[in-house]
Parts: sequence; structure tokens; C-alpha cells
Amino acid sequence: MLSRTAENLFWLARYVERAEYLARTIDATLRVTALPAAYIGKTNEWDSALLTAGVGAAFYDHYEEANERNVVEYLSFSDANPASIKNCIEAARLNSRSVRTALTSEMWDTINSAWIELQAVWNKGPANREELAKFLRFVQETSLRFDGSAYRTMLRNDAYWFSRLGVHLERADNTARILDVKYHMLLPEEEHVGGPLDYYQWTSILRSVSATTAYHWVYRETLKPWLIADLLILNDTLPRSLASCYSNLVRNLDQIGVAYGRQGASQRHARGIRNRLEHSHMDDIFQHGVHEFIQEFIADNSRLGEIITKQYLI
Amino acid sequence: MAVAFDEMNGLGEDLRPAYQELSRWLKETPPDALEYRRQEAELLFRRIGITFAVYGDSEAQERLIPFDVIPRIMSATEWTLLEKGLKQRVLALNMFLKDIYHGRDILRANVIPEDLIFQNPVFRPEMNGQDVPHDIYVHIAGIDIIRTDPDNFIVLEDNARTPSGVSYMLENREIMMRLFPDLFSRHRVAPVERYPDELLSALRSVAPHNASAEPTVALMTPGVYNSAYYEHSFLADKLGIELVEGRDLIVKNDEVFMRTTEGLKRVDVIYRRVDDDFLDPLTFRPDSALGVPGLMSAYAAGNITLANAVGTGIADDKAIYSYMPDIVKFYLSEEPILKNVQTWRCREPQDLSYVLDNLADLVVKEVHGSGGYGMLIGPAATKATIEAFRDKLKREPEGFIAQPTLALSTCPTCTDKGLAPRHVDLRPFVLTGSSNTTIVPGGLTRVALKEGSLVVNSSQGGGTKDTWILSE
Repeated sequence: MLSRTAENLFWLARYVERAEYLARTIDATLRVTALPAAYIGKTNEWDSALLTAGVGAAFYDHYEEANERNVVEYLSFSDANPASIKNCIEAARLNSRSVRTALTSEMWDTINSAWIELQAVWNKGPANREELAKFLRFVQETSLRFDGSAYRTMLRNDAYWFSRLGVHLERADNTARILDVKYHMLLPEEEHVGGPLDYYQWTSILRSVSATTAYHWVYRETLKPWLIADLLILNDTLPRSLASCYSNLVRNLDQIGVAYGRQGASQRHARGIRNRLEHSHMDDIFQHGVHEFIQEFIADNSRLGEIITKQYLI
Repeated sequence: MAVAFDEMNGLGEDLRPAYQELSRWLKETPPDALEYRRQEAELLFRRIGITFAVYGDSEAQERLIPFDVIPRIMSATEWTLLEKGLKQRVLALNMFLKDIYHGRDILRANVIPEDLIFQNPVFRPEMNGQDVPHDIYVHIAGIDIIRTDPDNFIVLEDNARTPSGVSYMLENREIMMRLFPDLFSRHRVAPVERYPDELLSALRSVAPHNASAEPTVALMTPGVYNSAYYEHSFLADKLGIELVEGRDLIVKNDEVFMRTTEGLKRVDVIYRRVDDDFLDPLTFRPDSALGVPGLMSAYAAGNITLANAVGTGIADDKAIYSYMPDIVKFYLSEEPILKNVQTWRCREPQDLSYVLDNLADLVVKEVHGSGGYGMLIGPAATKATIEAFRDKLKREPEGFIAQPTLALSTCPTCTDKGLAPRHVDLRPFVLTGSSNTTIVPGGLTRVALKEGSLVVNSSQGGGTKDTWILSE
């Protein structure tokens, strides 16, 4: 297939994934900040939402204060934020238009209808909490529909695999970022079993990766910081864990390698990261520092993006 | 203006045979049922994303072309005549282009004045002496047809460069079949769905001689911001070929390749929807970012076929148009089956003075204009507009032609006030491959939705209709 088509499919999937992640982040933050002050302490949750979205610095070019109104606006609707939900959906639709021939009509329909419906929302901006909640739900549903229609309707060929690469690369990045911002809460030395403050913070982490129920099924325990880290980093059964993303990345890259009859740097690099995750234990990670571990992962993950681009997309 | 000939009701009194069933159906169908399906059709178009862009209109960057659900119907007899005329016309266009870029018999015979060719900006000296496979220049032609009475088909315009609109012909039919299965079951409508297959085989048949047995065809688009982008992606999809932009292509050793995830892949035929000017920055406009450096040199080496060929603009130029009857006679020694609209060439002094005296009754068009822009419709224009146009004409007479204001035929159309006659034209698509010329029965019927309006262009409030050719 054309390199440009593969590139568009890859980015299309990333934009949709990112839009969903932003919607989850805002949603989780709204829930925490709705709690009485005694439960959430002094940290500014909206600042930390900006950090997990990776736009902490740029935000202050446009706003004075990180409060609900400003952050929601910046992350959801702002034209000034290249990674706002709005811009992600716009970019996703533009990408879809340029690769229509590689999309199934169901996928196109999902993106195009989302874009049409969201036009209306953007034009007036959500007036109240209820409308905002509806909007955030809609963004998440769009991502689910997009994924579902890709899964159910696409031929299993390189178009599908490149699109999956985009999903998992972006997802790994998002999970890693949220862990990184909140890692200080996961440090083992604070071994008191969850004051109310931390409890809600942890729930909020799980909520932003939609893993609250999963946690209880896997560990059958009350929330424990190191178990949360274990779930999100190493547990292959959780679709948003780093380990699961890398199982998928390796598998999809292998499928491309087989179809093209050639392996390359992408396959090797992805396998390297996957092996490291497979052979890591939470104890070691804590020993070496969660922050360092995740920083390294984020860098490795974005390097994989560059290698894939160089090998296939240009 | 006099009452126009109506496709359904003739000159008012008698229902024409092809429309009998439709008329019966319309009487049986309650108006709100029709309105409901009209709305459904619009929703479908928007969902599928069949939009077009209007340049310089940022408000509506993507607009829908209004679709009218009342079909335009033609009998088999009418179509047979039209088809014969179209094939004759396109054959002559191809022979004319070969001659202009080779022996120039037609100029030596003084049928066409030389300066009309050599002074013409769309004449491409690069094509002099250049052979193209099977001598075909215009692989895809869109000939705009109008009628003013039941007996004659008149060519309003030849489109020999990159005619668009065929996606509407195909999608209109899809949507009509989805919304009006009952109406279809009462007619025997010739199918149009084989157009993509015919197009692909025509394109493959003109591959360079050194191409592989299974030549690779690609469709080249200027990109998503082009007004006809939807059509480009639609066609690439239906043909099962790659939709490429200039940046996807690269020329090496005078061969053209596309960049794929598996490395470079040779391309043999490019169905290009990019104008000549933007094809190759080394030959044409150096500022073009849409083109492929070196493409023209690969073309000259005979390693790539461009469809349509470079330089076909000289055949659909409005100044050349007026000579088409002579061109048909010159190459084919036959009488033209399709008529031309009477045309005054403002470059000729006696024509110019006639035009200046009768501006209020005439339609004046720019020789190089398209899309219905830059024209004067005398009877509909204000005095001031006419006077402004008079100055333009005097300043640059060779830039204009003039034609009588024709009462284009009308066809019943859904309007706010119920069914009413609206003016229509028809663009059938003529495909020429190495062994034959084919025309899918039908075409794009464009309709001027405003009451009394004669402008059918989509950029100026025109809509489309499904076009039905009935089988015997």
C-alpha cells in the first residue's frame, strides 16, 4: 500500500485514541474535584490533568489559571491546543478523507458522523456539566465504535495492522503518562493503606484508563498502589497496560513482517521493549524508581514510532 | 422567454411516452411521501460524505450538491441517436488532437486559423511530435448536451481535460434504487454500474508498450482540498487502484514509481485529475507542489501513459468549439450528428459588432472560463452589468464568444411549491480505449433549481438528477 495511506491510517487511529483518552482524563478529574476538599487535598487536579495530557507548559501561554473552566476548554474545544479533542477529531476526519479508499464505510461513517455531530457542540460550546458529560461520553463512544468497526469490518491486511499500531502506540503512551504524573502516589514508602485522599486519587487513575472494575477482578483486594502499578504496567490481561499494548504491537508488526516477507528495525525494537516488560517485576521497578522506568518507557515508545515511520511510512 | 420544451410534457399538451409510468406513479404518491424520501436522500448524501468544495467560500467549505429525486428519463431511441453522435464527436476530437500535435493538415487546409492554436495558452508545444499509445488523447470525455426541442441534441461544451461528475451519476443511481425500489420495478432502466469496470479496462488498454501484462494504474488527485476530491477517492475505490498525490510519486530513470510500504512500485498509467499546469514543476508551473518533478520526461520517454493526455485543452477550448462541425466534417467526411450552439466569435470584427449590438439578448462567455463563471447572461443582467461587460469585450474581444440565450429543456423537479419545471442539461461520459469507445447509458443530469435560471453549475446553485435510459 502507499506509504502515505499507511501513515494516515496510523495517525487516524492515534487521534481517535487520544481523543478518547482526553475525554477520560477530563471525566476522571471532574469526579475527583467534585469531592469535598478534605478528600482531595491541596493538589491542583486540573494541573495534573494538563500534565497527563502532555500540554502543561503550552496551556499557560493562553490562560492564567488551571481551573475547571479553562482546562476543560483547552483540552476539549480549543483551537489553540493542537492536541485538543476538537483538533483530534478534526485531524481524524481529515486523515479519513485522505484515505477513504482504505477505510470501510462503517469506519468512515463513524468518524464523519462524529465530526458532523460535534460541529454543533463546538459552535455553541457546552453550557453546563450535563452537556459536558454528554459530550465526553459521546467522544468515548465514538472511539469504541471506531475500534469496533475496524475490528469487525476491515480486511486483515496491512491497512488493518498499521491502524492497530497507531492505537497501541498511542494507548501505551497515554497509560505511561498518567502513571508518570501520579507516580509519587504509588511510591512504596507511603505504606499506610489508603487514607481517603489517596483512595480517590487512585480510583481516578484507574478510571482514566477504565480499569476500576478490572482491578477488583484481578486482585480481589482493596486499592493498593503497587498493585495498581502492577496492573497498568505488567498485567498482560488489561488492554490498556503497557504489557498488553506491546504484545499487540509485536504481533501486528510481525504480521506486517510476514506479509512483506521482511523483518526490520521496528520488529526488533518492539520485541526488545516487550521482552523487558515480560521479565520485569514490580519490586525491581520500585527499587530502580518508577519515574525512571516510565520515563525510559515513554522515550522507547516514541522511538518505536519514529522507527515505524522511517521503515514504512515515508 | 417562450415556454421551454419539457422532457415530460413536451410543449405542454401531451405526455411523452418515456414518462408515462412516472406520471402515473407521481399521481399515486402523496406529496409528503415524496418529501420524506427527498429528506432521506439528503441525509444519505451527507452521511456518505458526497460533498464538494466551493473555492473562496469559507463558510461552506464542504457543500452538498442538491439532489432532486425526480429522474430524468430518455427512451432507447433517443439514447441510440445521442450515443452515435457522441462517439462521432469524440473520435473527431481525438483525430484533431493527433493532427494538431503532428502533421497539422487541418491548419494547412485553412479550416481553423493558425493563431487560434499557436496563440492559445492551452496549446502545449511539449506535445509536438510526441506519440501517445493508440493515438488516444481523450480517454475520458464529458460532453455537455442540451436540447430545445424533441428532435435535436445540441453540444453546449466539450470537456476533454479532466471532466468530473461521474461519481454523481453512480451515487445518484445507488440512492434512487435504495429509496424508490417500487418506481424501478415499473421501469426497465439500463444499469450504469459497469462504468468503473469500463473505465479501468480503457485505462489498462492504453498502457505503455513496455508495461507488464498487468499494468498498474493509479488515480492522481491534487489532494483533499480539491473540490472534486470526493469523486477522486470514490473512483479510486471503485476501480481498486491507488489514489496518489504528487508526493507519492517519484521519477527515476524516466520511469514513474509510487512510494509504498514495501518500497517503490512502478506505475504504468496515471488517470490524472490534476491540470496540465500542475503536473510537473520542471516543465510547467515551477511553483506547483502538486506535481511530480520529471513526470513529463518519463512521458516523453513513453514509460507512462497520462489519461487524459497533456494538451487536450486545445480541443475543448470555447474558441475551438465553434469550429467543431467543421472539424467533424474534415476528419470523418460525415455530417455532425450533434449540433453546435450558434456561436459568434468576438475575435472576428463583424461578429463582434453583432454581439455588441445585441448584448441584452445573448450569453457571452470567456473563451477560457469554466464553471459558469465570468459569463454574461444578457436577458437576466442589469443595464450596468451589460455596460461593464461591453467595455471588457471591446478591450479584449478575442477572449470571448457569444451565443443566443437558449431555452434549455425543462424537467419536473421538486420545489418548495411542489413539482415544477426546471431547466436541465446532460453530461454523458465517453470512454475511449485501444479497441473501442463506450458510453454507459445515462450520464449526469444537472438541473438549475432556481425558477427560470439557466445556470446548472453546481458551484452556482445547480443540482443533479438521476438519468434513466429505458430499454426497448
